[in-house]
Amino acid sequence: MSSAAPDPIVEPVVEIDQLTSVFHAAGQDLVVHQDLDLRIEAGELLSIVGGSGSGKTVLLRQILGLVRPHRGRVTVLGQPAERLGDAGAASRVGMLFQHGALFSAFSVLDNIAFALRELKTLPDDLVRDVALVKLQMVGLDAMQAHKMPAELSGGMVKRVALARALVMDPPLLLLDEPTAGLDPDGADGFCELLRALHRELALTVVMVTHDLDTLFELSTRVAVLADKRVIVSGTLPEVMAFPHPFIHNFFGGQRGQRARLQLPA
Amino acid sequence: MNRPQSNPGSFVSPIRDATPCLQRQPATPGAESACILVQGAWRAAQLAEPGVWRALQKDLTAAMATGEAREAPGWDLRDVQELDHTGAQVLWNVWGRQWPKRLDTLPTQRALLARVARYTTPLPAPGRATLLGYYLVFGNRVLRFLDHLHALLLLLGQLLLDTLRLLRHPGQGPWRDVSGHLTQIGARALPITALVGFLIGVVLAYLMTRQLKLLGADLFIVDLLGISLIRELGPVLAAVLIAGRSGSTITAQIGVMRVTEEIDAMRVLGIAQGFRLVLPRVLAMTLAMPLISVWTTLAALTGGILVADLLMQIPPSYFVRSLPGAVDVANLLLATAKSAVFGALIALIGCHYGLRVQPNTESLGQGTTASVVTSITVVILVDALFAVLFKDVGL
Repeated sequence: MSSAAPDPIVEPVVEIDQLTSVFHAAGQDLVVHQDLDLRIEAGELLSIVGGSGSGKTVLLRQILGLVRPHRGRVTVLGQPAERLGDAGAASRVGMLFQHGALFSAFSVLDNIAFALRELKTLPDDLVRDVALVKLQMVGLDAMQAHKMPAELSGGMVKRVALARALVMDPPLLLLDEPTAGLDPDGADGFCELLRALHRELALTVVMVTHDLDTLFELSTRVAVLADKRVIVSGTLPEVMAFPHPFIHNFFGGQRGQRARLQLPA
Repeated sequence: MNRPQSNPGSFVSPIRDATPCLQRQPATPGAESACILVQGAWRAAQLAEPGVWRALQKDLTAAMATGEAREAPGWDLRDVQELDHTGAQVLWNVWGRQWPKRLDTLPTQRALLARVARYTTPLPAPGRATLLGYYLVFGNRVLRFLDHLHALLLLLGQLLLDTLRLLRHPGQGPWRDVSGHLTQIGARALPITALVGFLIGVVLAYLMTRQLKLLGADLFIVDLLGISLIRELGPVLAAVLIAGRSGSTITAQIGVMRVTEEIDAMRVLGIAQGFRLVLPRVLAMTLAMPLISVWTTLAALTGGILVADLLMQIPPSYFVRSLPGAVDVANLLLATAKSAVFGALIALIGCHYGLRVQPNTESLGQGTTASVVTSITVVILVDALFAVLFKDVGL
C-alpha cells in the first residue's frame, strides 16, 4: 500500500490476455473467442457490443469467474478471475444480471442485505441501515423494503438487483443488458441512475448492451466484439469510423442513425 | 489486497495496518479540544473480519460515552485509507445520526457521509400483529379454503364437459398425451411399486405368522393376508406411492408452465387447457391406477406367500388354491373401483395445485408440497368412506 505519487501508474481493473473460449456442442467445437485481449482501466464505463452469439455474455461471465477460459488469462483487480467466487466477493465485483436474479424467497431488504449478513460478524441493525441506504440510493422508497420480488415491476427489480450488487461498494460493476425489458421512460431513468452512481462512487463499469440509446448515453469507451476478438475499442466516434461490416450495420442502420442524432456534436 | 488509492491527507509509512480503529488524541492545552482519529480501511470486508467488530465496538462505545459526559470530541477522518457506505454508516450511527461539532474529512468522504446521512431512515414497520389482524388472517384462510373448493368444483365440472366432448368426438381426443402420461405414470412406476409392495407383504406375513402360530391357526394366514392386501393395503399403498411420485410431477409440470406463461400462450392460441392438460392426465391416471393397484397387490401377495412357505411350511400351491375361497371376488372389484377413484382424485388435485401456482419459484415448491399432502390425505379419507359404504360387500 504505497503512498500515491502525483500521477500513479494505475493498474487496469480488468486485464484479459490471449483469451480463447471453446464450447463443445453436438460433437462440434465452437470457438467463441480466439486470442482476445482487452484492458479495462479504472473509472471507465466500457460498453461491449457485438452480434448475437459473439460471446459478449460469455466474456462477462469469464470476468466474473463463472466460466473458465479454455486458454488465456483473465485478471480482475490483480487476481485471477476464478478466485472471485471466494467469500467476500461482493466487495470486489458487483453484477447486475439481465433478469435481476433476485432471490425470490427473500424480501427486498433481505435481498440487498444478503451478502453483508452472510459475513455473520456485523450486527443486524447496521446491516439493515446499510441496506436501507442502498435501497434509497437506487431511487426506491423505504416503503418497498418489505415487498417480495414477485410484487415488483421490471424496473424495480433491476433497481433492487443494482442495490444488491452495490451493497459492499465493489469498485467494479458488471451489467448485462441493463435496460433490456424496460419501457423507454424506465430505461432513461435507469441510465440516469447508472451515470450518477458511476460518477459519485467512482465505479468502473463494464456493460453488455444491444440498446443503442443506452450505449450512446453512457459509455466512455466502446469495445466491439467480432471475428472472435475485439476488433476495435475506443470512443464512440473512433469506433464508428472503423471500417468493418458489423460496425457499419450496427451503427449505420436506422436505429443507429436516430441514436447518433442525439449524440452531442 | 486493497486497491492502492491516492490519499493526499495521509503522511504515514507505506506499510500499515488496514484494520479499522480509533485513536484518541487528548486535548492539547489551549489549542484544540480532544479529537478522535479514525484510521484503517473502513470497508465492509475489513469490518467483517473476525474479531475486528468486537474490538471496535469497545472503542466506539467509549467514544460515545465520553462524548456525552464531557465536551464532545472532534472527529478526524483524513487518515482513513478507504471508506465505504458500511464504514460511513458505522460512524454515522456512532454520532447518533447527526453531524459532530467538529469534523475533518476529505471532500469525497464528506459526500459519502452526506449520502448516508440523507438516506438513513428508520425501517418502516412491517405491520404489527393485532387481534383484528389475526381475525382477518383467519377469515382469509377460510375464504382461501372455500376458494380451493370452488376452483376444484370448476375443474371437476370442466372435466365432465371435456369428457362429454371426448365421447362425442373421440377422434379429436388428445390421445398422444394420454399415451405419454400412461407410460410416465403407469409403466415407469412398476418397479418401485412392486418393490415396496413385496416388502410390505413380507413384513405383514412375518408379523402375522408369529401371532397365528401362538393360536395354532396357521392356515388362516391365507384369509388374513388375502383380505387385508387385496381389499385395503394394495390399493392404498399404490395410491400413496403414486400420489408422491406422479401427483407431484403433475403439479410441477403444470406449475412450471404457469411460471413460464406457457398456459397463457396455450389459451391465446385457442387451445383449451382443460381438454389438453387436465383431461389427458386424469384419464391416464384413472386407467393406470387400478392396474398399478393390482400389480402392487400381486407383489405383496408374492412376499406373503414366500414368508408363509419359509416360516410356516404352507406350500404356495395350497395358498393359491385356497385364496379364491378365502377372499370373495367382490373385494377385488371393490379395490379396482376404489383405485380408479383414487387415480382420478390424485390427478385432479395435482392439476388443481399446478394451475394455482403463482409466477415465482417459491410458490412452485409450496404448490407441489401442498398437492402431495392433500392427495394423500384425500386418498385415505376416501378409503375410509369406501370402508363405511361397502362394509357389507365381500366380507
